[in-house]
Amino acid sequence: MNFDDTPQEAAFRAEARKWVEANAPKEYEAELSQASLGRITLKKGDMVEVGKAWQKKKADAGWACLSWPKEYGGRGATPIEKVIWQQEEGVYGKLTQPFQIGEGMCGPTVMAFGNEDDKRRRLPKLASGEEIWCQLFSEPAGGSDVAGLRTRAERDGDDWIVNGQKIWTSGAHYADWGLLITRTDPNVPKHKGLTMFFLDMKSKGVEVKPIKQANGMQEFNEVYFTDVRIPDSQRLGNVGDGWNVSLTTLMNERMSIGSRLATGFPEIFAFCSELMTDDGLAIDDSAVRSKLADWAVKSSGLKYTAYRSLSALSRGERPGPENSIGKLVAGTMVQDIAAFAMDLQGAAGVITDPAAADAAGRFQAMWLGSPGMRIAGGTDEILRNIIAERVLGLPGDIRVDKDVPFNKIPTKGR
Amino acid sequence: MNFEFSDDQKQLRDQARRFLAEKCPPKTVRAVLEGKEAYDKALWKGLAEMGFLGVAIPEEFGGTGAGHLELCVIAEEMGRALAPVPFSSTVYLAAEALMLAGSDAQKQKWLPKIASGEAIGTLALFEGTGNPSAKAVKLTAANGVLNGVKKPVADGAIADFAIVAARTGTSGRETDIALYLVDLKGGGVEAKTLTNLDPSRNQAELTFKDCKAEPLGAASEGWSILSRVLDRAAVLLAFEQVGGADRALEMGRDYALDRIAFGRPIGSFQAVKHILADMYVAATLARSNCYYGAWALSTNAGELPEAAATARISATQAFQHCAKQNIQVHGGMGFTWEFDCHLYYRRSNALALSLGSLSYWEDQLIERMRKKNAA
Repeated sequence: MNFDDTPQEAAFRAEARKWVEANAPKEYEAELSQASLGRITLKKGDMVEVGKAWQKKKADAGWACLSWPKEYGGRGATPIEKVIWQQEEGVYGKLTQPFQIGEGMCGPTVMAFGNEDDKRRRLPKLASGEEIWCQLFSEPAGGSDVAGLRTRAERDGDDWIVNGQKIWTSGAHYADWGLLITRTDPNVPKHKGLTMFFLDMKSKGVEVKPIKQANGMQEFNEVYFTDVRIPDSQRLGNVGDGWNVSLTTLMNERMSIGSRLATGFPEIFAFCSELMTDDGLAIDDSAVRSKLADWAVKSSGLKYTAYRSLSALSRGERPGPENSIGKLVAGTMVQDIAAFAMDLQGAAGVITDPAAADAAGRFQAMWLGSPGMRIAGGTDEILRNIIAERVLGLPGDIRVDKDVPFNKIPTKGR
Repeated sequence: MNFEFSDDQKQLRDQARRFLAEKCPPKTVRAVLEGKEAYDKALWKGLAEMGFLGVAIPEEFGGTGAGHLELCVIAEEMGRALAPVPFSSTVYLAAEALMLAGSDAQKQKWLPKIASGEAIGTLALFEGTGNPSAKAVKLTAANGVLNGVKKPVADGAIADFAIVAARTGTSGRETDIALYLVDLKGGGVEAKTLTNLDPSRNQAELTFKDCKAEPLGAASEGWSILSRVLDRAAVLLAFEQVGGADRALEMGRDYALDRIAFGRPIGSFQAVKHILADMYVAATLARSNCYYGAWALSTNAGELPEAAATARISATQAFQHCAKQNIQVHGGMGFTWEFDCHLYYRRSNALALSLGSLSYWEDQLIERMRKKNAA
């Protein structure tokens, strides 16, 4: 049992470190280091533009989309090499945020189901950050129940005509291409009538509207489709096979281990270490210690759980199911930590003005944003279902709409 | 990165699991729990024959010399099986104290007997209510003679020898505390079994009256040795707790698959699934933290104090949570004497309270993290 690299891994790490050291945009290092949770804004530049420049530089030197084949703009690297790269890229990895959905979900789906021409045309530009992709799955009527989606695609000669609405689409306002799942047959049960496409987000009839969230920020969009034409050549997989295609997309999402989840623990530990109360430092209070210790072991447990998965990757094996706990644990932790930090601040905990609030208002911002963490990318409840069914082998829920034609499923509660 | 047990260690785990499945089924645990004997002597002998008692004891002292990672593997299996034997007292506490601080003669005398199953050892630290603290040690040592009362002492009524924490001065410093080795069969000690939460393990009160004892380690270093022993034992006990947590989770999962109510397996209800998913989360976090502890223990890393507290807290939480929720998943049957759920429930709390309780280790962890950050 050790934390050491193999000789090959060490050589790869040294090469990556040397390149990052020589090429990273150091002028943003401080700002990127401080940003821990939520969307990052840069004072001296536009996040997407700075990100694109960094991604292009990486792609030119062979450090973009590392696990992809070289002919599609990648490096053909092993999974463990990809993780080592992420460790060495460090804070600059935060600049890759606009490209992560493309690299982790859209790209692999196009790679698995697209035709060779499209793969060679689109994927290298995705890898180099010249073209940004978004994923158009969720709908107002299909959140956790993705297969309940209602956006229609109807055949018209060599094209499809799309009408409907998507929601919670990250980056739709700057995306060039989108991965779109639609309903092509409402007369069959819901999982059977879906078809996947990709489309140019500049197509006529596509309208993107930002969503103002409960915390006042705008990180997601609604996307409306009005008679949008998509050539049949941009269909991914067979007609009616969209659900299976989407599983490939989501499977790739779950395989990404390297990304470190924010828990809020370093922030609350630092805050309690410095906060002076009438009875002395907060961290000397036994009730505070008990809470800190609980979060410390959860945070450490997540870290070493990821290390176990990395060990499997390092041996060339598939990681076990242990990594499925990450977001479930981290989401609640962030919310609880933020609430506790504000409790320690007493009446002043209500202040959000960065100039006047404790810790520049970071816990208030964390608290306002934290409900989203427990919902986006699978709610806590869906994640528990996944653990129960796929890890522990418990039976699936009884699905009352399973064998019912989609257009016969009730749409109103009462 | 290789943050995983080796293939040899996994084979050892399989071997231990098979051995315990055969020699330590629930009815063996129940025999001790119901007072038929103080511990399972046949199992103890079998563990010695398998080499499990001496897995971390060097060959020159009668062990197999395999190491502490191997001991972690065995500990997890002992926890899974709720083995009703004085394994933790003898192996994690007494043997570790001897290996850390014993003289060559003391090691020669006791370690081979531990490995062969001839001697049961324990640590006599607590004197009533409270967590590990130098101030709480009142039992006195003067001229190699001990006077005072220790309780609870795990496996105290069945042990052959004990490592005893004793007060040698009144300066108020930790250096007042020294460790002594006492042959419990040599007179001067009276042992009284105390009924306890988990009768599958012995708890006793030991009364020392002008009891002859020999020093273990330097007189002024007693507390510092003891702290190191507790850290090492915390990692090993955490593996037992993770073994117990995993087994309780499996029991709950299996029952949820078999039990039908409202015309369907209860495991198909989300309310039940979510209980089991949360048990899995707790057990997984604890296992990962235990691996960190195992790494620190086996390499004598500077991180051991922090890693030990982390593993201990996480494993205590996981075993208590899983044992408690396993009963809930079982419903009424889980609250019967007949079902095994209460064996895990009892053991989960008995282990949580030994070696210092959860609040003690929480305090220790934050103190240790602060020191590291300050340094």
